[in-house]
Amino acid sequence: MENNLLSVIIFAPLAGAAINWLVGRRVRDERFIGTIACGSVAISAIVAFYLAFNSHGALRTEEPLLDHIWTWLRVGNFHADFALAMDRLSGTYALFITFVGFLIHVFAVGYMHGEKGFYRFFAYLNLFMFAMLTLVLADNFVLMFVGWEGVGLCSYLLIGYYFERKEAGDAAKKAFITNRIGDWGFVLGIMLTFFLTGSVSFFANPAAGDAAQTALSYFKSVPVEPFTIGALVAGGATSVAILLFIGAAGKSAQIPLYVWLPDAMAGPTPVSALIHAATMVTAGVYMIVRCSEIFVHAPTAMFIVAIIGAATAIFAATIGIAQNDIKKVLAYSTISQLGYMFLACGVGAFIAAIFHVITHAFFKALLFLGSGSVIHGMHHEQDMRRMGGLRKYMPITFVTMVTGGLAISGVPIFAGFFSKDEILWKTWSAAGLGSFSKVLWAIGATTALLTAIYMTRLMVMTFWGNERFRGTRSGHTEHEEQDDHHHHPVEPHESPWLMTLPLIVLAVLSTVGGFIGIPYALANRDINVIEHTLEPVVAHAPAVAATDQTDEHGSEVNEERLLTVVSVAIAFLGIGVGWVVFKRRPLLEMPRILENKYYVDEIYDATLIHPIETASREGLWKIVDVGVIDGLLHSIGEAVTELGRVARYLQAGFVRGYAAIILTGALILIGLFAYFGFPR
Amino acid sequence: MEPQLSWYLALSAVLFTIGMTGVIIKRNVIGMFMCIELMLNAVNLTFVAFASFFQDVTGQLFVFIVMTVAAAEAAVGLGIIIAIFRNRETLDVDEASVLKL
Repeated sequence: MENNLLSVIIFAPLAGAAINWLVGRRVRDERFIGTIACGSVAISAIVAFYLAFNSHGALRTEEPLLDHIWTWLRVGNFHADFALAMDRLSGTYALFITFVGFLIHVFAVGYMHGEKGFYRFFAYLNLFMFAMLTLVLADNFVLMFVGWEGVGLCSYLLIGYYFERKEAGDAAKKAFITNRIGDWGFVLGIMLTFFLTGSVSFFANPAAGDAAQTALSYFKSVPVEPFTIGALVAGGATSVAILLFIGAAGKSAQIPLYVWLPDAMAGPTPVSALIHAATMVTAGVYMIVRCSEIFVHAPTAMFIVAIIGAATAIFAATIGIAQNDIKKVLAYSTISQLGYMFLACGVGAFIAAIFHVITHAFFKALLFLGSGSVIHGMHHEQDMRRMGGLRKYMPITFVTMVTGGLAISGVPIFAGFFSKDEILWKTWSAAGLGSFSKVLWAIGATTALLTAIYMTRLMVMTFWGNERFRGTRSGHTEHEEQDDHHHHPVEPHESPWLMTLPLIVLAVLSTVGGFIGIPYALANRDINVIEHTLEPVVAHAPAVAATDQTDEHGSEVNEERLLTVVSVAIAFLGIGVGWVVFKRRPLLEMPRILENKYYVDEIYDATLIHPIETASREGLWKIVDVGVIDGLLHSIGEAVTELGRVARYLQAGFVRGYAAIILTGALILIGLFAYFGFPR
Repeated sequence: MEPQLSWYLALSAVLFTIGMTGVIIKRNVIGMFMCIELMLNAVNLTFVAFASFFQDVTGQLFVFIVMTVAAAEAAVGLGIIIAIFRNRETLDVDEASVLKL
């Protein structure tokens, strides 16, 4: 079904970015810039909600909404057009991206107040919304890749927003380069898909003259590939899936490409909330679910996804427990939660993964914005060791952030409880993995325990205990303000309403957001909205147990209830442990290896970055560039100079000399003809 | 004795060589110019000799073209010579060895 309104969703933020960049930089009026930025995202959000929920809305019909904007690439039988599609999956994504994005924009207007590059920040932020929505709404792989690179670019620009500080620039480069490794896999995956299927489109669009077979529908007809290592390099569905997963691992910060995300916290906090928690980093999950048809035919790839997801989840959680920077804790928490989503994808529970993406967008955006509010109130202090007792200074931030903390810890009725529980249950009951699914479940459950502990630690260190900021202050400021402003002790204050209002809205969503996915086992009725919405658009893995709606699965329902009780117990246990340990000793020293993130950055430095740098400097620069390339050019130049030095004696300027040369030449020619005969 | 073709050709070769030598050894630009004319006319002689020998009028026609070109060349060349003389007060070509006045 054609619907041209779709283009409004992506082009409204682009227009906002253009206006802020061209006009806002001249006007320099924060109210104007903020209105344009928030207004353009609000337009997208309104259009997205209208298109999703009107009587022929994308979330209500089986048919995707299509919008063929222009013909882009057409070479032979390859074609990739600038065309958008909103089906139930991309519609769901577009809804929470625009809505959470709008709230974060509003928050940012308050948070960035008084910054020099106010217009620049919002131009980038709007540009990010454009790229992210292009990624999600693209109806083919190539356009999706455009959005994919666009969000990477905006991420780079916004991490490096405080470009006068070296670590921000370094972090931006690190994010970009690490993502590049993932993009390499993604591009190869796209190429292989085209090679196999002859198409890069997700949906058949009659207006664009698509063939009935698309890149995804091709895989419906192929048999499931065998569960072997060899399938990875066989060039079939498994190869495609693993290449796409490399791309997803880069964008969504999975082992081994997660290292950029903690450093990305050098950007302003709204950026961390929008890009590095709620939207961009979940693009990898979106891509995998979009390509679920490929993945269900590639059990080896699914297995690897599950392993990497579970490993990332527990790995990042253990690091998160030992960090002292409030944003670093949340960054590792994000990596850990992304690991959960990949674990869900890996066991074939695509809907649970998307469900967790949505609830995570709510509560992690809330936590990041809350931490932004704390940082703002503390005059750009990020170290939790110099916080404490903030709950009486910033009551709204306190209440909303605790809501987010309860949600991520998996306390019942909060959003995170339902989605995390769903993932754990689907992992436990994944049929194809045998007893290994129990191992994955145990890893997931342990991660849940760690999550509850580190969230409690964060809350306790920030909001309870002594007011540790009443001491000497070091200059760890996010940006240096006037020095005299800082010499007296900090007096924390609650943030303005522009910042607290988004917090309140997100807190409400973090509380009730989980109700869209109440499982049958808990409600005893079939009210799982998210599952019914997304069921038609994701592929069903042969490995996943049938949905738990029928009565013949009575024992399974009981099993699920039992597991729910277990995970609730885990959540409360984690919170209890965190409370008891850190309430008494908030500055408890954590194991060194955890605080130093298992020395992964150092290991990468030693094994990859340093050798590459050395080889580049000593080999590529000093030998190849200076020796071979420069040497070749210089010797060509010198040879020509030498030749000229000899030949210039011929050009003395004496006319009679020229005549003699002509004569000599003529005599030589005549002599040649006389000797060899005239050529006929 | 009837004049043979070879006589004409020999005379033409002698004239051409004299002209050639003159162009190379003379410094006076007027002299060089006259030697060039000599070379052209040596060639003209060859043309008419062959035309007569082969009973073909093409050679004679070609002589007219050569003479036309030579006349044009004389006009341009003498103009250049006068310009050089006005500027340098000399007709020595070795003095005019740089591409400027």
